[in-house]
Amino acid sequence: MNLDFQALDLSRTGDLLVALAPELVLTLAALLVLLVVAWRHRTPEDLRLAGWLTLAGLGAAGFAAWFLWWQAARAAGIPAMIAVDDFRFVADWLFLGTTALTVLVSFDYLEREELWVPEYFALLLFASLGMMLMAGAQDLMVLFLGLELMSIALYVLAGSSRRSAAGAEAALKYFLLGAFASGFLLYGIALVYGATATTNLTLIGVQIATLGLQHSAMLLIGLGLLLVGFGFKVAAVPFHMWAPDVYDGSPTPIAGYMATAVKAAAFAALFRVLGEAFAAVPAWHAIVWWLAVATMVVGNLIALAQRTLKRMLAYSSIAHAGYLLVAVATGTGAGAAAFLFYLVAYTLMTLAAFALLAAKGTNGERDVRIDDLAGLAQRRPWLALALAVCMLSLLGFPVTAGFIGKWYILVAATSSGQVLLAAVLVLASVISAGYYLPVIMAMYMQPEPSADAHAGMRLGRLGSAVVAAAVAGLLFLGVRPNRLLDIARVSGASVRAAPAVSSDVPPAPLREPTGR
Amino acid sequence: MAGTLVLFWAFAGLALASALGCITRRSPVASALWLVVTLFALAALFVLLDAQFIAVLQLLVYAGAIMVLFLFVIMLLNLGHPGPMDVKGPVGVGTAFLLGGVLLFQLWILRQAAPPASIQLPPGSVARLQQEQGLVGAVARPLFDTYLIPFEITSLLLLAALVGAVVLAKRRL
Repeated sequence: MNLDFQALDLSRTGDLLVALAPELVLTLAALLVLLVVAWRHRTPEDLRLAGWLTLAGLGAAGFAAWFLWWQAARAAGIPAMIAVDDFRFVADWLFLGTTALTVLVSFDYLEREELWVPEYFALLLFASLGMMLMAGAQDLMVLFLGLELMSIALYVLAGSSRRSAAGAEAALKYFLLGAFASGFLLYGIALVYGATATTNLTLIGVQIATLGLQHSAMLLIGLGLLLVGFGFKVAAVPFHMWAPDVYDGSPTPIAGYMATAVKAAAFAALFRVLGEAFAAVPAWHAIVWWLAVATMVVGNLIALAQRTLKRMLAYSSIAHAGYLLVAVATGTGAGAAAFLFYLVAYTLMTLAAFALLAAKGTNGERDVRIDDLAGLAQRRPWLALALAVCMLSLLGFPVTAGFIGKWYILVAATSSGQVLLAAVLVLASVISAGYYLPVIMAMYMQPEPSADAHAGMRLGRLGSAVVAAAVAGLLFLGVRPNRLLDIARVSGASVRAAPAVSSDVPPAPLREPTGR
Repeated sequence: MAGTLVLFWAFAGLALASALGCITRRSPVASALWLVVTLFALAALFVLLDAQFIAVLQLLVYAGAIMVLFLFVIMLLNLGHPGPMDVKGPVGVGTAFLLGGVLLFQLWILRQAAPPASIQLPPGSVARLQQEQGLVGAVARPLFDTYLIPFEITSLLLLAALVGAVVLAKRRL
């Protein structure tokens, strides 16, 4: 079998297996973990075994993705179900890394909360598999199935704490609204298929260009419904109502996972759909523009009113979805690079913040108020420092990755003429100081209410390592962002380049039911 | 031709009437049984469209398996007694009419936006395909070549759902 990595022919089985290697490895790992926990699920050691197996599977899948990236694998021939480009590999790395960090944080958390659910790790693997399929989907069908795979695993993970009524509420709410959002998405896909006779993203782009469908009512309604579905998944205002309640009721590591990896996956899929299929349709720019403005303003204003840390972080993640939408709305190469960079930075800082929150209390951390952090700097200086760095990075303070990311989004927005959008972003960031800074002020400037106020705080060795790595990454990217930015630029461009509307694109083959 | 048309209108009317029955009955069991009638009428419409395989699937999967599940759930939850209406007051009715109006408007739009002739299947191609490959083959073959990847993902999706259901439902290991 001779393989040409630069021109994989996805209609051949061998090449298809190579192109899907990361997903296949992860599938095998998930099945293996399921098998192991079927026999060993009684003691905490069994839980740890499942966790380490999960980490090994994530590592193997990451290696496969890296190998394809290193070989600069590309697909040749007619557009297939799965994209083979840098954007997919970089997104895969982001998802796998986030999942691995979540697994590491979960070890201690599961033991402390006595959540003996060994399938927890298998479901995490299924969720990240769904994310990888979403980011790599070249076809709306694969995208939808990936989204469902991710969502179904997460509905269960949100309710994995079976003793908690809030957990059950979170799971049910997430399930109902998620099903609702899937309905919108599916209806949108059906209408887009009706207008273009294909579900392949590249071919949709070609059909729109060749048939002149930019103003076709059916296509535009379909696009609108797709945006509603994605709006639900990324928790953009006005489709954000579920997010705070679901994050609040879920186990804290899962809440962090939902705020980072899930959002990143939905954004990656949205980015690819808009960039590859609808690049020639101007209508979405205005819609995303309004979504971005509403999300930034409303998310930040409601976050100001929150008293508990978990809900504050939930609204903060809504606000950050607005910043990412700004990068999507620009629709330029610079916007793509800024989008990917900010996605990485946002993932690091939010994940670390949730990991620190998970260390703070018990009972799902639902009642940790911002005032409860008073005097943390005297008692636990390193934890306070880490949380302070996360807050500053979320705020967009210089020398953190959050600042660089926001800066590039601003540059992308202004250079594409979206000055108003950039101004709203700056104003929204100023508002966000009103809820990020009180956390730091409470930790450093208020006295400890009582000597044992922070006695129960415990962040195990693995959790500390995760937080330390994330904080170090934030500071490093804040000082030396060049390498990541280069990767972001190249892989962001790999999505843009696909829907070439030039004449050398083969005419769209219709899905005519010709058997063989 | 005329016979087909008569059958179409008969089954279409039956489908609409039983769907109305499904949403207006107060007893959940009666609603579920009306739904069975709707599904049968739809299966008949599929036969009229030369889609016999889908018609059989409709009967087996929907009218068979899924309806049995519905009835099980109704019995297990003991929902046999008529409860209060869900849609209350003028606001609820108004919303219902508004949403119905939006749907009608969409239908009207979609009628206007007929797909261009260039992306429609040539007439008779489906019938020719059924002649060549049989009813089942024409559906089954693409599942294993063109749509192989989505098909396999679906199996994983079902596995994840199964595991999830067990995780949520079991009390002790």
